[in-house]
Amino acid sequence: MADHATTAGAVTAPAGHDAHAHGHHPRLQHHFYNMDQQLEASTLGMWVFLVTEIMFFGGLFMAYILYRYWYPDAWAAASNHLNVQMGAINTVVLIVSSLTMVMAVRSAQIGSIRGQIGYLIGTIAFGATFLVVKYFEYAEKFEHHLVPGPHFAIPTDHIHAQHAMVGVSEQLFFSLYFIMTGIHAAHMVVGIGIMLIILAMAWKKRFSPTYYGPVEVSGLYWHFVDIVWIFLFPLLYLLGAHLGAAH
Amino acid sequence: MANTHDAAHTQHVITPTLTYLLVFLALLVGTGLTYVAAINDFGSLNTPIALGIAFAKASLVIIYFMGVRYNTPLTKVVVASGFVWLLIMFGLTMGDYISRGWLGVPGR
Repeated sequence: MADHATTAGAVTAPAGHDAHAHGHHPRLQHHFYNMDQQLEASTLGMWVFLVTEIMFFGGLFMAYILYRYWYPDAWAAASNHLNVQMGAINTVVLIVSSLTMVMAVRSAQIGSIRGQIGYLIGTIAFGATFLVVKYFEYAEKFEHHLVPGPHFAIPTDHIHAQHAMVGVSEQLFFSLYFIMTGIHAAHMVVGIGIMLIILAMAWKKRFSPTYYGPVEVSGLYWHFVDIVWIFLFPLLYLLGAHLGAAH
Repeated sequence: MANTHDAAHTQHVITPTLTYLLVFLALLVGTGLTYVAAINDFGSLNTPIALGIAFAKASLVIIYFMGVRYNTPLTKVVVASGFVWLLIMFGLTMGDYISRGWLGVPGR
């Protein structure tokens, strides 16, 4: 492994090996020294984008923290109206989809076309399952008048019930619930779209053990969306669970 | 021949399936723990416990599934920077809101 690094090349590439001695890989873009550097650049670029995504969701989490700090009781009471079962099912669905995603990348790394196609279809199917569960969850919220607006009505038995402003801070919770989970779901839709493109590329045998950047980089996006849900589940669905669901 | 030679150099470390399965199981256990920890009353510790488990799960995904452990130091710094800036935003904003009532406003 060490010998290739000592090649007296005219250029000094970060991972510097003698790509020039064997001609270019057909998927090597001309502005990169070699496939290693190309993959590194793609990975770094995707992470820079994901950092902006962290800040994007971060703004919503910031709003969540502040309003929860101001209205802790309303927050806990409103949280108990979310469907923990559906939230938990979706958490598991996303974790399984993350596993199929890494297996799709691994299939590309070991050169298995069938593996790529199978695992990518699995990832898309679990992503779609997530959205179907989300649809039933949202429908339930509409039926129970838990959508912020003029028809919002939360069953309250605590002392604030007589107050004219009843349910206002609970509506804030549900506003953030719909915005955060809605934007997360939008990311899932985009993710499924990306995976369909990757699936088509895999179908055309575009990926190999030396070229799997697109699968890897799309996978980073998919896992990021999973990570957002890992935080949304306890923070939205479970924050009032220890107080009992009898509200 | 050139192809196999090239493969030996450009091929990155391939994580064994077993590692992925173990991380997957750890994530499922973490989800179960999140639920069990949430339905028990730990007073003011409920949220820190939930966040602790969430950070542990997120770290597993980032390090293993996203393969950051094999990335270059530059990429690692970029990944860390995202969370550092997030904490700066949370810290400064909440520092302001929490401490606003501490000192009286002169003339009010």
